Amino acid sequence: MSARAFRSVALGVAWRNLHSFFTNPALFVPAMIFPLFFFTAFAGGLSRIDSVPGFHFPPGYTAFEYAFVLLQASAFGGVFTGFAVARDFESGFARRMLMAAQRRRALIVGYSISGVARALFTMSVVTLVAFVAGMKLHGDGLELVGLYTLALLVNFSAVLFGTGVAMRMRTFQAAPLMQVPVFLTLFLAPVYVPLDLLAGWVHAVAQVNPLTAVLEAERGFIEGDPVKAGLAFALLLGLGALFVVWALRGLRSAERAAAS
Amino acid sequence: MSSALALQVGTVARRSILRTMRQPAMVIPALVFPLILLAINSGGLDSATDIPGFPTDNYLTFALGLAFLQGTMFAAMSAGTNLAQDVETGFFNRLSLTPLRRAALLVGQLSGVLVLGFIQAATFLVVGLTAGAGLEAGALGVPVIVALSLLTTLGFGSLGAFVALRTGSGETVQGLFPLMFAALFLSSMALPRNVIEIDWFRAVATWNPVSYMIEGIRSLLITGWDGEALALGFLASGGLAVIALVLASSALRTRMAR
Repeated sequence: MSARAFRSVALGVAWRNLHSFFTNPALFVPAMIFPLFFFTAFAGGLSRIDSVPGFHFPPGYTAFEYAFVLLQASAFGGVFTGFAVARDFESGFARRMLMAAQRRRALIVGYSISGVARALFTMSVVTLVAFVAGMKLHGDGLELVGLYTLALLVNFSAVLFGTGVAMRMRTFQAAPLMQVPVFLTLFLAPVYVPLDLLAGWVHAVAQVNPLTAVLEAERGFIEGDPVKAGLAFALLLGLGALFVVWALRGLRSAERAAAS
Repeated sequence: MSSALALQVGTVARRSILRTMRQPAMVIPALVFPLILLAINSGGLDSATDIPGFPTDNYLTFALGLAFLQGTMFAAMSAGTNLAQDVETGFFNRLSLTPLRRAALLVGQLSGVLVLGFIQAATFLVVGLTAGAGLEAGALGVPVIVALSLLTTLGFGSLGAFVALRTGSGETVQGLFPLMFAALFLSSMALPRNVIEIDWFRAVATWNPVSYMIEGIRSLLITGWDGEALALGFLASGGLAVIALVLASSALRTRMAR
């Protein structure tokens, strides 16, 4: 009975979020448009970067930027799910869900399922556009599984991070607290050129940014020459575990607030 | 301008300026985000200066022009959101019962965004030059950069005001942001047009007026006094300002008549 109740709550929350995402243009359009803007601007506007001395990526600049936009789409899919949690708290709906749900951890699972589903949809559209733009993937089937698994792990961490923030703050005003750290972490990785070609303080920061290893692993999978794959998976599994605790503690904070 | 009109403009302008400055959530991102992107891009794209035909060996100087445009877009959102809030809260309805003139209302409302635009332009210049960006036009280039930046702010601010007055919805004004973002991204913001490799992208960037707004400011930083770039920059920004002001004025007339 308990497992069924858990599943019922999780799927209910996921369905509700996905329904409001796909039926509300104000939520759907920005989530779709932003990754496509980034892809168009970077892969189209910056394609000449691949002629810079020291730049070597055989699949081409479109594929080089596809790796970043894939991560960006999955990370922001998670952040936007955090926004949905904040909106639910602000409207009072989350408080009612907290009262009604027998197993409240199922709420986090439900939000995570909807976050992953949203990211899968966005990633599919970005991939389709990339292929239309002439992207070539040199990796084999297993490497492509690795590529998309890494992107989904990024999404999972971002959902849990956003959910944790939203459950602590319980207001949409917390949106920058979810968006800005993710944005900075993404852009302080080697976005436009490989790590070796970065200059100044951005190079120093990118060297210690965990997303650098993930991005390099993604590009390795695309190139068919995996690099830092183990490190990237270990980092994302570690981050995921950390953010599970972060989200659960956020849930406890929301429970305390609802009880008071 | 008659003294009555001047008084009306002054009163509305004072409210608009105070209101903008009292909202750190509007002022801080409008200053900080363009600077963050400037810092990231100047480090991340520094190697782009090795591309044959790139006009400078300092990417910070090249990227500084973009910060001004990003700032004006944030300012536009601020102007539109404030006006939409006035419509949503019924403040506009109350104003329409007073003898306040439409011109005073529009000019006054845009004053807040122009003050924000001035603070942005000064901040970007000081931070950029301190960080090592060049200013080939010399000290005389500073007022021209500020003037072009303010004209662009007026253009995008009026566009935000038009959408706010037309729809009366802050959410719709926020929906303008992705469109402005698209206009920015499909321009010569990251590389000069002659260096853009993809034909369709170069064509879009050439037709996109935002390219000329950025290139006008950029020319003063990189080239010095380039009459053509400046004329195109002022024409693009001035054209946007005129069109958006006419649209906003027309929307205001309709809104006040309701």
